[in-house]
Amino acid sequence: MNIVYDGKKDRPFKEVLGEVIPRLAEEDKDVIYLDADLMSCIGTSIWAQKNPHRAINCGIAEANMAGIAAGLSSAGFKPIVHTFGTFASRRCYDQIFLSGGYAGNSVTVIGTDPGVCAAFNGGTHMPFEDMALYRALPGAYVFDITDAAMLEDVLAQCKDMAGVNYIRVGRKSNAKVYEDGARFEPGKGIVVREYGTDAVVIACGIMVEKAVEAARRLADDNINITVIDMFTVKPLDEALVLKYAKMAGAVVTAENHNKIGGLYSAVSEFLGRTYPVPLGYVAVEDEFGEVGPQEYLEERFGLTAERIVEEVRRAGKL
Amino acid sequence: MLDIKLKKELERLALEIRIGAVEEFKARGFGHMGGSLSVADALAVLYGAVMNVDPKNPLWVDRDKLVCSKGHAGPAVYAALALKGFFPYEELKTLNQPGTNLPSHCDRKKTPGIDMTTGSLGQGTSLAVGMALGDRLKGRPGRTYLIVGDGELNEGQAWEAAMFSAAKKVTNLVWLIDHNNKQLDGYTQDVLDSGDLRLKFEAFGFDAVSIDGNNLEQLYMLLGKDVQDRPLAVIMDTIKGKGIKEVEETMANHSMAVTEETYDRWIWELKQQLDDIPCAGERKEGIS
Repeated sequence: MNIVYDGKKDRPFKEVLGEVIPRLAEEDKDVIYLDADLMSCIGTSIWAQKNPHRAINCGIAEANMAGIAAGLSSAGFKPIVHTFGTFASRRCYDQIFLSGGYAGNSVTVIGTDPGVCAAFNGGTHMPFEDMALYRALPGAYVFDITDAAMLEDVLAQCKDMAGVNYIRVGRKSNAKVYEDGARFEPGKGIVVREYGTDAVVIACGIMVEKAVEAARRLADDNINITVIDMFTVKPLDEALVLKYAKMAGAVVTAENHNKIGGLYSAVSEFLGRTYPVPLGYVAVEDEFGEVGPQEYLEERFGLTAERIVEEVRRAGKL
Repeated sequence: MLDIKLKKELERLALEIRIGAVEEFKARGFGHMGGSLSVADALAVLYGAVMNVDPKNPLWVDRDKLVCSKGHAGPAVYAALALKGFFPYEELKTLNQPGTNLPSHCDRKKTPGIDMTTGSLGQGTSLAVGMALGDRLKGRPGRTYLIVGDGELNEGQAWEAAMFSAAKKVTNLVWLIDHNNKQLDGYTQDVLDSGDLRLKFEAFGFDAVSIDGNNLEQLYMLLGKDVQDRPLAVIMDTIKGKGIKEVEETMANHSMAVTEETYDRWIWELKQQLDDIPCAGERKEGIS
């Protein structure tokens, strides 16, 4: 895996979604795309209008959309469903859970604007619990996307993966971390930076770039850590977590999500019964979201490189 | 028109479905009696005369499909499937036993012939829309039949699915509303009055028809008919517990116990009705 991170912004995710969804549908006649009146938000609208048999606008009715997607799966299609993360999780969870997972149907769900990425849409649109919900769905894959190359590859793989796959991703840009055309293995974390093993930071989504920034700052103080991108939050790459927990002896997680039920929970649950080490977390405390610019919200909820630095020092007694 | 011979066959099948369901409940001691008995006639017409299915190949892609969204009527569907030969009749007695293929609510992963998993009310509606839409997009000839309870229509999801069906002209899906006027806590008009269902479906863009849902002839005439540019919704006026007087007259008949004593009485009543069908021919094994 070639890491090309230099802090520069990547292509906007919505541009990637607007290209990749139509391309997948054109390459694979079984792919069908469903949206709940948010096509224009991810650039699929014009293509969808020209291809009404491949793209279905279900209107503002997410529960129905989830059920229709599951029904289409049973008829041999590979449905890709999109709406904002709150609606892609809480609003249609029971339908994805039962009509999808329990009934043995396969659905790929894209929830955009996870956590603080919901910014100006505010607390009603700000899912800090979507990963917790999808983690509790038996057999589901849960992805928190880091950059454009990852989104492109993970989405292409999901369409052929049985069961429920949940992809949480922003619509704007994150920093570019991976080279174009990179391949990602679901369920395998990626070592993004390896300055040393004073501590390990396991991050996902928008927090990966912040973890890299924290690692750089810590290196200035001669504290050398490793940063892992755990883009598959479920199933957790337990072997990688164990390996670095043993080497570092202190683990800090970082996620744009409630501390309950997401990456911190997954890592804690695993290490608690296998190899207990001092843990730290950077995550949203048990709170609802609120409105504001993303930068403000990152400060407000403590999702910053600074907080990662603090947690590394605390957990690692450094 | 329903010819005399077929009519007798369907009458017989409807009663055999009821007997099968009661035998299932008896083996477990209780079950969703009322709503299983109310749809037995619709199931008899669907599996006995209308639906194109192959018991030897339950997943045949061009088949007609049934989604019993009121999944608690699964025991009636199981009886129909067993009588049709999808699995051995004796298996009916495993209803809700540990490790069974016949759970209380329909499960497509467990039961041959069950086309979709249901039970969480409302969800089968959207699933059926997706299945029918999928078949249409794949160019398959099959129709999907969707059985929805009138109480189930309390669920908003059902109306989302109805709106979608009409707006996107999903005409290879037929909605059958089991309008038995009762739900778990009492009469539907007391729990949450849904008003005039025919008018509601018509307003949603359906070709909506009210019939006597326990009348085989009326069911047959409608369910076999060609559908044009609007999806068909059949409001089936039924009696919850239909076929067993004592069950019909029990107010709380959603779920009922079946004891040795009631079983003997109820089965006798159903078999009397079978015997009353002229030229009914020989009984099937297992239910005599």
